[in-house]
Amino acid sequence: MISILRSMWLTFLHVFHKTETVEYPEVKPYLAPRYRGRIVLTLDADKKERCVACYLCAAACPVDCISLQATEDESGRRYPEFFRINFSRCIFCGFCEEACPTYAIQLIPDFEMAEYDRQNMVYEKEHLLISGEGKYPGYNFYKNAGVEMGVKGKGEGYNEEKPVDIKEILS
Amino acid sequence: MWKFLVVGNFINYNLSFMKYIFIIAGVLLIALSIAAGLIWVERRLLSVWQDRLGPNRVGPLGLGQVIADTIKLFFKEDWVPPFSDKPVFILAPGILMITILLTFAVVPFGPNFYVFDSNIGVLFFLGNSSLGVYSIVLGGWASNNKYSLIGAMRASAQMLTYEVFMGLSLMGVVMMADSFSFCKIVEAQKGGWFFIPQIIGFIVFFIAGIAETHRLPFDIPEAEGELIAGYHSEYSGMKFGMFFVGEYLGITLISALIATLFFGGWLGPSFFPPVFWFLFKTFFFICVFILLRASLPRPRYDQLMELGWKILLPLSLLNLLVTGAILIFLK
Repeated sequence: MISILRSMWLTFLHVFHKTETVEYPEVKPYLAPRYRGRIVLTLDADKKERCVACYLCAAACPVDCISLQATEDESGRRYPEFFRINFSRCIFCGFCEEACPTYAIQLIPDFEMAEYDRQNMVYEKEHLLISGEGKYPGYNFYKNAGVEMGVKGKGEGYNEEKPVDIKEILS
Repeated sequence: MWKFLVVGNFINYNLSFMKYIFIIAGVLLIALSIAAGLIWVERRLLSVWQDRLGPNRVGPLGLGQVIADTIKLFFKEDWVPPFSDKPVFILAPGILMITILLTFAVVPFGPNFYVFDSNIGVLFFLGNSSLGVYSIVLGGWASNNKYSLIGAMRASAQMLTYEVFMGLSLMGVVMMADSFSFCKIVEAQKGGWFFIPQIIGFIVFFIAGIAETHRLPFDIPEAEGELIAGYHSEYSGMKFGMFFVGEYLGITLISALIATLFFGGWLGPSFFPPVFWFLFKTFFFICVFILLRASLPRPRYDQLMELGWKILLPLSLLNLLVTGAILIFLK
């Protein structure tokens, strides 16, 4: 009996506690910077698309919501002809961001994407592209990689050694 | 000349008749609006004790929730299952409302604010609560659904046990007030409220009252999550609304009776009208009911029955014995 009265008293003391309710939409919840929200495609510092249409994100996606097609522009640089994400399938796991070698695809802390029509949940490239570098400023894939795409010469990237003239090795 | 006499008598008769209509309307209005307002009160109070906000969007402070729930209940599809026993199915929620509202007729809200001063008021209440068991049993039986039936059987067993000593615990009050009438019981408390000499009777009646209205912690009949919804799983629309509001009416009734029988009814200092004191005490006990719901876990069914038969029944008999002995000794 005493334990029952004690439970009642302790529950009653909750009157003096603060409520934990976050009154959305007047008050927005706190989202950490690494919160896995809406997916975006980013540009690098030279305002060119980071995405090289390598299909790694589409392969990594557990629910196959990413669809893209690679093509090359006049200078030979790969880019996606179309890039489509079906957000009604997306589970916001972040595997595509982890798989991307160029930091093109990123997940940002935004979740307010509700739509009335399911077809409006399919985002094309123009809906996904943002005009900045997202979470990883200053990274340009072509400055690290082997191919030169007008960004650096052969052998001048970060952590890259100059090409070896094989005829010099033999002597 | 005799025409004026007839008209005069007619007006006099009608005025006192109108007074009765006003009292009946007043009692019904107070009882039903407390029961409907409880929809809002319970959810806000529960959320205060659970560190959250209750409904606060619909109207000012969320009061529109009552209207929204009522409209929802009216517009829901009122489907009678084809495999059920139709007349009994439709009748069952009505029995609950009828018995509880009938009991409100004998409860005094104020010194002259009662519908009917019956000199067997306590017996009338006990009889009606026994009839109220029928509504649950018939509802569960007519649903033709094994979970409803299990809920109804458990409910009937629980309510029968707790009714036994509900009556016995009230006998102490009746002995002290020398009458079964509620009005005389309230007047007999002018010298001192009955909950102090009858503390055991108060506790036993309180627990029995919770079990009668099958509220937590005794809500095995409607255990959400144990028996789906127990006896009212097949009900929808306004029939469910009647069970739902009927439960709140039951809580209001038991709170009003605790206030009347043990805490002096409408007695109180005179800077507020007596009706206010009655409503204040009733509301206080309603809040205690809701606090019980927020704080206690649900006991197992056999633990519940054991509590009833093995602990509370001997306690109430002991209370009766001691009260009788003391009253005879004092005479």
